[in-house]
Amino acid sequence: MTNVPYLPVVVLLLAAVAFAVGPLALAWVWAWKFSPRKPGPSKNAIYECGLESKGDAWVQFHPGYYLYAIIFLVFDVEAVFLLPFAVAFTGLPLGAGIAMLVFLLLLVEGLVWAWQKKVLVWS
Amino acid sequence: MDENLKSELRKQGIVATTLQELYNWGRKNSLWPLNFGLACCAIEMIAASMARYDMARFGAEVFRPSPRQADLMIVAGTVTKKMAPQVVRLYNQMAEPKYVISMGACAISGGPFKQGYNVLKGIDRYIPVDVYIPGCPPRPEALIDALMALQKIIDKQSLTGADRPRHLQADAPSEFVVPEFGAHDLEPSQNPEVWQPPLVNISLGGTDDAGKH
Repeated sequence: MTNVPYLPVVVLLLAAVAFAVGPLALAWVWAWKFSPRKPGPSKNAIYECGLESKGDAWVQFHPGYYLYAIIFLVFDVEAVFLLPFAVAFTGLPLGAGIAMLVFLLLLVEGLVWAWQKKVLVWS
Repeated sequence: MDENLKSELRKQGIVATTLQELYNWGRKNSLWPLNFGLACCAIEMIAASMARYDMARFGAEVFRPSPRQADLMIVAGTVTKKMAPQVVRLYNQMAEPKYVISMGACAISGGPFKQGYNVLKGIDRYIPVDVYIPGCPPRPEALIDALMALQKIIDKQSLTGADRPRHLQADAPSEFVVPEFGAHDLEPSQNPEVWQPPLVNISLGGTDDAGKH
């Protein structure tokens, strides 16, 4: 017992638990002895506002948002890779140029797909 | 405990207190107002909470945006009949003990808009008011004075006994009726448990107000 290195940690742990539980227990005892609980329909309402909440919070969002995400990704990734490609264009070997063209074709394919799905039509 | 003995002990550096005094001391010095302004009085309320007037000296600077955490509702401004249900509902949602300061002429009686068709003639028709501040609008000093008056009220409240305050009585109501829009006016137009129309110039038993026959 004289030389337990983790004893301060245990003491601190107990003090921390007592620090958290103590005031809660005191408040509970106070409520039980003096101050009665007074629930009510307004007080127990979920939304703490002067207005009563209407409807349900579980509303549905339109799933078409993924189209915007895909279009954004096509142009964003394209721009990110096109810039270094343009800078290093004159020094590139043939293989790298072909690889880059394949990559561009893949992205353009996504754009064509979106075009066919009539995503680009302003409505 | 004898007050003289208590002050003698205080001189010797010994503080004697009771649970009730400790309870009231803690409550009166941590009145958290609801962050709720209705009209121009709210500007004075904001000024009172800022550095120049510094309501923090009285422990009342923590304006809470949620009624669940507030002790004090400062009805600061004109209460229209459209807003009255929300005011009462917010008061209902506050946890006990809760207090109300009716700030300014409008919150007391409708003030300069008393003749208006859409102005409530005093918030005390629906919720119990502890302190009234006259003025249009009252200066921040007046609000601080009202806060100190409320602190004195809280200091005098007893913890036990028949005259203990409402929040310590199990059968006393904590929520008050929220008015609804009727065909012509709010229904009910007042809460009779809280407010009754004052009887003015009605002679009872053959005598008038001055007591003359």
